[in-house]
Amino acid sequence: MDTIKTDYLKDKFNELQSSSADDVLSNIREEGFKNFNKVGLPAPHNEEWRLTGISNLFKKEYHLSELENTITIADIDTARLPGYENANELIFINGKFIPELSTIRSSENDCIVLPLEEAIKTEYKNLIDEHLNKSYRFIKDGIHALNTSFMHGGVFIYINKNKVLQHPFYLYHFADARNNHLLSQPRSLVYIDENAKGQLTEYYTTIGAMDSFTNEVMEIVVNTNAIAEYYKIQNDVANASQVTTTHIRQIGKSYTHAVTVSLNGGMIRNNMNVIMEKEGNEAHLYGLYLLKRKTHVDNHTLVDNTKPNCFSNEFYKGILDDNASGVFNGKIFVRQDAQKTNAYQSNKNILLSDDATINTKPQLEIFADDVKCSHGCTIGQLDEEALFYLRTRGISKELAQSMLLEAFAEDIVMQIKHEPLRKYVEELIVERLSIN
Amino acid sequence: MKEEIDVLEQTVASDYKYGFVTDIDTDVVPKGLSAEVIRIISTKKNEPEWMLNWRLKAYHHWLTMEEPEWANVHYPPINFQDIIYYAAPKKKNKLNNLDEVDPELLKTFDKLGISLNEQKRLTGVAVDVVMDSVSVATSFKKQLSEIGVIFCSMSEAIQDHPDLVKKYLGSVVPMTDNYFAALNAAVFTDGSFCFIPKGVRCPMELSTYFRINTEGAGQFERTLIVAEDEAYVSYLEGCTAPMRDENQLHAAVVELVAHTKSEIKYSTVQNWYPGDENGKGGVYNFVTKRGICQGDHSKISWTQVETGSAITWKYPSVILKGDNSIGEFYSVALTNNKQQADTGTKMLHIGKNTRSRIVSKGISAGRSQNSYRGLVRAGKNALNARNYSQCDSLLLGDKCGAHTFPYIESKNKTAVIEHEATTSKIGEDQLFYCRQRGIDAETAVALIVTGFAKEVMNQLPMEFAVEAQKLLAISLEGSVG
Repeated sequence: MDTIKTDYLKDKFNELQSSSADDVLSNIREEGFKNFNKVGLPAPHNEEWRLTGISNLFKKEYHLSELENTITIADIDTARLPGYENANELIFINGKFIPELSTIRSSENDCIVLPLEEAIKTEYKNLIDEHLNKSYRFIKDGIHALNTSFMHGGVFIYINKNKVLQHPFYLYHFADARNNHLLSQPRSLVYIDENAKGQLTEYYTTIGAMDSFTNEVMEIVVNTNAIAEYYKIQNDVANASQVTTTHIRQIGKSYTHAVTVSLNGGMIRNNMNVIMEKEGNEAHLYGLYLLKRKTHVDNHTLVDNTKPNCFSNEFYKGILDDNASGVFNGKIFVRQDAQKTNAYQSNKNILLSDDATINTKPQLEIFADDVKCSHGCTIGQLDEEALFYLRTRGISKELAQSMLLEAFAEDIVMQIKHEPLRKYVEELIVERLSIN
Repeated sequence: MKEEIDVLEQTVASDYKYGFVTDIDTDVVPKGLSAEVIRIISTKKNEPEWMLNWRLKAYHHWLTMEEPEWANVHYPPINFQDIIYYAAPKKKNKLNNLDEVDPELLKTFDKLGISLNEQKRLTGVAVDVVMDSVSVATSFKKQLSEIGVIFCSMSEAIQDHPDLVKKYLGSVVPMTDNYFAALNAAVFTDGSFCFIPKGVRCPMELSTYFRINTEGAGQFERTLIVAEDEAYVSYLEGCTAPMRDENQLHAAVVELVAHTKSEIKYSTVQNWYPGDENGKGGVYNFVTKRGICQGDHSKISWTQVETGSAITWKYPSVILKGDNSIGEFYSVALTNNKQQADTGTKMLHIGKNTRSRIVSKGISAGRSQNSYRGLVRAGKNALNARNYSQCDSLLLGDKCGAHTFPYIESKNKTAVIEHEATTSKIGEDQLFYCRQRGIDAETAVALIVTGFAKEVMNQLPMEFAVEAQKLLAISLEGSVG
């Protein structure tokens, strides 16, 4: 029985602390490491991590790579998503933002993209101080604290007031696991200012056959009348595991639209948190997990309504095959002040194999009375009648099945508003389902 | 609106009418828990050796366990050494019929609205009455025994039917199951035992009334119901306690075993003292209830109306082991003032073609917290398992909370599971509609709440439905939002 190894992290942490001197970040790291030592990795008896045994991933020692620019332009080209010609492309290698390989097409008037270490020395210092690592609720989470304690090489994205960005952001995360087991911990802070609109897409690529573990934290701050669109596409190899935390704080009356699509990978855990910090916020969260083999995907969502008149809608769907396992845990908090909250949550699952497992827990915690909250969840199979209808029209069973599954998935895919991306995901899904 | 709130508050503020203490001689074992106390209890009850060993084993296991903290309830730590584990009304002789029951006791039950005499003559409900720790009276025993139904107190069952007790006790809720179940197994003092032989349809409702009377006493009863093949029984349970400033502990265990083609219907109207409006006093109701559908085509149905207790922690569950078996759970949980309820069910689908249905209605008022926590699990072999769950919450007042924690787990592709939940307050349009037709605010709220809970109330046997309806109205007085 392998034991969980985290001791080597201490040395790495000390190394990092002594090598970089920026006070603000090193203080945050210090704090983060203190928290990490206090709470440790999430244990199986931790309710939030009950079904995702993340600590097992730490039974091996990871390489926390310093920059080894082994990823070439050719590697990057293979990963580019459709529509990249028009996008702001941000390249992360082993968790570090590489400005030299990135392409920013938006003008500096519209947005600023800087490594965190640099940004902290500019006029944005106050903004960063105010918002970096303010996903306070999760500071007590060991895995989040681990990311914080190794926060360097992160990125700061600022979208200027009144700017509707024509160029979407594509964030490519490359992990080079050719020689070592790799732990990469990307970190980003995105600030969308008043009346602005920004669109972000994250994509993950692992190269090499060793194990790669990505522990990502992204904080998105959305100001008054701003719009945040966020897409996450997880279609990595089976030896790539991930914990991603996307922490969206709507600090002014604003709008969020997020879609998470998980197709392949090892053990994946997505924390999607939306905090409604002002009255009149609106958030739409969508997710699709289409799993095969031994892939495990755990989607934890949280919508915390702290102020009145907020609206949130969550819709997650999953198709599970082979030995795949899925978890959906949706939490809606309605605080006492948050009267007139409307919150909806729906989770639908189809199991295609007897060895697949789904665990779902749509959770409501409500402390205000004048609210409308509902949630629903289903686990089932394809509709027999629909299948029969198609069969009577001469369509083969296999085709009928994949048609229905595609239609099932389409509910979520159509929520991707960025067209090149939507088409790309549609193709991936058609390809996946037609093999069945 | 203001006026409506006042009415609601008045309603909420109504007194607990069962808060009297009966002055009866009781036989009390000193406070505290130890192997010695367990021995004393066992000796007092004249128990056989195996029973004592079972208790001690449970006690030693309990010592190794930690009090669970996962429930969404908050209370100061319980001092288990400060509880009286055995308090019994002093009995001179074994009673043969109700006429020999202590008249004070009969008065108590008259006050509770369960006149044993009346019951005996009119309603045809067989009642077993458990006061503090001991069963004091069981009616209709004779008629029941004629058709082979055994309905008696657990102590009597241990004496008279040791084989049955040995076979089934702890078979559904093992002594090691959880903290409070282990505690119960160690110190349980009485409870009801009910055995329906093969092919018998129990001709009357069986009923138990529980009451905690002695100050500082905990109540630990254990109920065991076994329905053999093709048997049917409907069982009712009611509970009350006097008003006291300190918290009393009630940790019961209920086990149901349903064999092939049998059906057990278990209804509870729980009205333990909920504490005063500041949350002082009240009963901690930490109960483990579980039934197993052992045989094919068996059915277990739980219905509960929970209005009392300072803290409720209770998950009547069904293990659907037999093929084609059915589990049902209907619940109305009403919390008011500072009450906390964390209640729900578990439906564990193991056999093929098993079906379950969950209807849970939570009503929170005052500053209370009301949680539904449920688990539906379709195992690997539970082909064609089917579950439908619905849990609705109604909020009355802006200081209360309603929470839902449904766990849904499926391990096979033929299972179909649906869950839906809503939370809302009483609609202003609904209230307006009633007011417009000349119905005052309070009646309107009662009307709407009754309608909200109707689906569950319909499941209650008639004798209880009326009482439960009244209870809801009383507990709610003054809660218009």
